[in-house]
Amino acid sequence: MHAISQQLSPTLGCYGIELLEADTFDLRCFQALTGTKFFVVAEPGTQGLDSLLKNVYGLYVDYVLKNPFYEVEMPIRCELFDLSLTQLIRKDKGVIGR
Amino acid sequence: MADAPKKGTLRAAYRRAADIKPRDARTWQVSLNAFAFLFSEMVQYNQTRVDNIAELEHRLEHAGYGVGLRMLELLCHREKGNRREVRLLGILSFVHSTLWKSLFGKVADSLEKGTENEDEYMISEKELLVNRFISVPKDMGAFNCGAYVAGIVKGVLDGSGFPARVTAHFVPVEGQPRPRTTILIKFSEEVLQREARLS
Repeated sequence: MHAISQQLSPTLGCYGIELLEADTFDLRCFQALTGTKFFVVAEPGTQGLDSLLKNVYGLYVDYVLKNPFYEVEMPIRCELFDLSLTQLIRKDKGVIGR
Repeated sequence: MADAPKKGTLRAAYRRAADIKPRDARTWQVSLNAFAFLFSEMVQYNQTRVDNIAELEHRLEHAGYGVGLRMLELLCHREKGNRREVRLLGILSFVHSTLWKSLFGKVADSLEKGTENEDEYMISEKELLVNRFISVPKDMGAFNCGAYVAGIVKGVLDGSGFPARVTAHFVPVEGQPRPRTTILIKFSEEVLQREARLS
């Protein structure tokens, strides 16, 4: 999806998709310096998705990359990552809205 | 320094190491992230060279053993003025407070005597520092990377003349999603006999 949007973009120097607003959902993307991309799909008009993605990236670095049992590019099955992710979402629920 | 050696030379490396004064060394801190990555690599390195989980634990213990021996020498010299512990409780409290403080920056959460056996003692920690970022997959059973810390404790105990079997275990706690870790120390027969003679 990133490659498609990069080619379709009318402006120069496009890195790829960052925000996609549709009728029934909002899709936001965060791209790390290494090229790893984080997507979040939310209800339209949700605020604070950007900082949420940055926090998720922080969690990823901590609980996935430092886990010796995780192989890069494989689906993430780290218990600590899941736990802290649910905690983060629950905590931010008040801020984000719903 | 007036005559600071040129950066990048071997002399510069030696000089910098020697510049660490003992009073600074006590509070010298290492980045947690750096250690976490290094430890993760160490576990992965050993994982490729073993056939089963017991062997992996054994290797981590072995890695910690060398650290324990050296820490014993270092701490005896730095903290205790070269005094040697001869009593069981003495060495246990050394491990529980001094060793833990210098390794992890805090004393261990608790030190208990085993209820079933005379020769068992347990040091518990809510979450070992080395395990902070590690999620063990379900198919590895009860494997605990705390085996490294168990190895450190074993090194300290063996080096000070209290041979023991030291292992790390997960102990589930009610009301907590994560189990706490217990380092189980089982002293050998000669230690108990000597302790009985000394009492």
